[in-house]
Amino acid sequence: MSDVSEALQEPWPNLAVQREGVSFGIWVFLASEILFFSALFITYAVYRSFNPEAFAAAAKETELFYGTLNTGLLLTSSMTMTIALRAATVQWRGVTLVALALTAALGLAFLLCKGLEYHDDLTKNLFPSAAFPLAAPPAQLFWMMYWIMTGIHAIHLSAGIAVDIAVLLLFWRRILPVQGSTMEGVATYWHFVDSVWLVLYPLLYLVGRS
Amino acid sequence: MTDVTLPFAPQKEVGTESFLDAGHTLISWLTTTDHKRIAILYAISITIFFFIGGIAIGLVRLELIEPSGMFLTSDGYNRLFTIHGIIMVWFFLVPSIPATMGNFLLPLMIGARDVAFPRLNLLSWYLYVGGAAFTIYVLVAGGVDTGWTFYPPFSSDYSNSHVIAAAAGVFVVGFSSIATGVNFITTTHMLRCPGMTWFRLPLFCWSMYATSLVMVLATPVLAMSLVLIVAERAFGLPVFDAAKGGDPVLFQHIFWFYSHPAVYIMILPAMGVVSEVFACFARRQVFGYTFMVYAMMAIAVIGFMVWGHHMFVAGQSQLANLVFSFLSFIVAVPSAIKVFNWTATLYRGQIGFDAPMLYALGFLGLFTIGGLTGLFLASVPIDIQVTDTYFVVAHFHFIMVGGSVSAFMAGIHYWWPKVTGRLYNEFWAKFAAITMFLGFNMTFMPQFLMGWEGMPRRYHVYPPVFQIWHVLSSGGAAILAIAYIMPLVYLTLSLRYGARAGNNPWHATGLEWQTTSPPPKHNFERRPVVIADPYMYHEIGQPRSSHDTSPPLPQGRQI
Repeated sequence: MSDVSEALQEPWPNLAVQREGVSFGIWVFLASEILFFSALFITYAVYRSFNPEAFAAAAKETELFYGTLNTGLLLTSSMTMTIALRAATVQWRGVTLVALALTAALGLAFLLCKGLEYHDDLTKNLFPSAAFPLAAPPAQLFWMMYWIMTGIHAIHLSAGIAVDIAVLLLFWRRILPVQGSTMEGVATYWHFVDSVWLVLYPLLYLVGRS
Repeated sequence: MTDVTLPFAPQKEVGTESFLDAGHTLISWLTTTDHKRIAILYAISITIFFFIGGIAIGLVRLELIEPSGMFLTSDGYNRLFTIHGIIMVWFFLVPSIPATMGNFLLPLMIGARDVAFPRLNLLSWYLYVGGAAFTIYVLVAGGVDTGWTFYPPFSSDYSNSHVIAAAAGVFVVGFSSIATGVNFITTTHMLRCPGMTWFRLPLFCWSMYATSLVMVLATPVLAMSLVLIVAERAFGLPVFDAAKGGDPVLFQHIFWFYSHPAVYIMILPAMGVVSEVFACFARRQVFGYTFMVYAMMAIAVIGFMVWGHHMFVAGQSQLANLVFSFLSFIVAVPSAIKVFNWTATLYRGQIGFDAPMLYALGFLGLFTIGGLTGLFLASVPIDIQVTDTYFVVAHFHFIMVGGSVSAFMAGIHYWWPKVTGRLYNEFWAKFAAITMFLGFNMTFMPQFLMGWEGMPRRYHVYPPVFQIWHVLSSGGAAILAIAYIMPLVYLTLSLRYGARAGNNPWHATGLEWQTTSPPPKHNFERRPVVIADPYMYHEIGQPRSSHDTSPPLPQGRQI
């Protein structure tokens, strides 16, 4: 066990309270994030309730393979992130670093798959424009939702990866001692971004495929 | 404490260095994580924007003196009132009390050394500056003409102005609000000093807590509504395109889901401020403290359920209109409870008509008129009659300017000695308070009348029958402008020439007054312990005086 007191920040009295505070703060922020996404979900819900057939037909055009692979990648990354958090809590330095690196790698793999999928989508002209292949106009609404939802999710995931790598570097360079207080916020945010994907996956890939 | 006779180095004498002396360089201010300095950074920034927004509407009022317009094109007129709205809502009113007084006072009032996340607090100011930069760009590049509400399809498809930059500015400044909200909620939960139970929190702290909840839960929805507008405008995605089955009214729902609660972001802090001021200057405990708390929380919660009253004429179903109308009446109940409780607080109090009290009394009257006319608008038939008229404009200005800005002024004057350690010129402060009240009424009372008679908002040419009201209103606006410039002058002068205030010039209760004025960097020399409820003015037994020569109350005692 190394000395972890350097990880204590103003104005907290000790690391235990700081960890509780960071956790509390990040949950409040996530409440905000949930409302951010819920504006998208309500838009999706309204448009799908107006145009159920067009949405079902349009959703069949999504790449189920990439979507499912990405779901697997993110779920696995949540596991490695949990390992990193638990290991950091008991100051198990090596495991923490490896698990953080794996988490970042899985996140990057998700973005790579997403990029390949975007490429396929664009090849099929599925970005709403004059060349859009589906006849029913509301099909374009579905694909509008697809691009905005996955795009905003990808931005969130990129932020998660950046924070993950930043913490990895701080731990690796020994600028911060390995402990759970710093990890608490990072891990909670990461799981949130995963959870959003778990909602997006059925909305975008499974609709119309039953 | 003898600092009245030692004008130049009193804080050193008692061994505490004020937060103002913790660094004098520009860098020390721009990199500070001290909540008190961040509050001052915010105060300077919002003051600049207040006057920019004021100049914009000054030109609008000038234009409206003549029925055929004086010097503006229709397009220029649209751009002026839009920038006035955007700046006043997002760059002045929303951050006004929370980011300045809330930042400065919340940790002091709960006996904490700082907010929970000091670096996040600084980041929130930089986000504000980032959003401000976009807005300045919009101003310089030629403005935006959508109105502050960004309704599609005009904003998304037809407008030829700088919609994307304006939306980006509001988007970024929204995250500054969210950061402040997260910080305040966590601070209130985690950092209260020993003995500071939830029901010993001063009402100002409760108001910050309620406001923060609304900021955290409503602002992201606004952010998404702006993302959707930009997605349609910049990338051609058919988000609200009726030709593709999209629904422009859906934008209004999402927008007002934020923007109605945002009204409560603007008014709840004002309620917190005047609760402190009324108790202090009536020398009485706030009447019905617990009900004041419940009323604020009720306003914050019910405020989320009334957004549809902005869409009575937008094609909502009759049922939706009925429900939103009913809920809008309901939200007036806790506001009314607060007005009655403030009045009861004044009843049989030893009222002192110092400047903060004059501003707070102005708030009470103007907020009540604004609230009552809100009930007119909550009623569907009357709202349909006066939708998009000056009646609506007058109503929300009574709440936001008559209410919030008066309370902002009350707070600035009440806590000025706390922040700076100086007293301002009391005569000019009273004069400005009265001028502001009169100028305000002269500006906005005529707008009720002409709105009722059918003068629509957002037009710069109008039938000559309305000219008398417009001339009165513009005259009032000129008086109001003078009344706003006066505090800027005498408060600035007081920094150099003002008398030393002492630690607690109002003999106020509350932890913030139990440390030195200005406070030391870490707020308290010893960790305070709270042993009593707030507002125990009847226990002090001292008259209020503007020159405090008495010793400070025992450290840590909130009496």
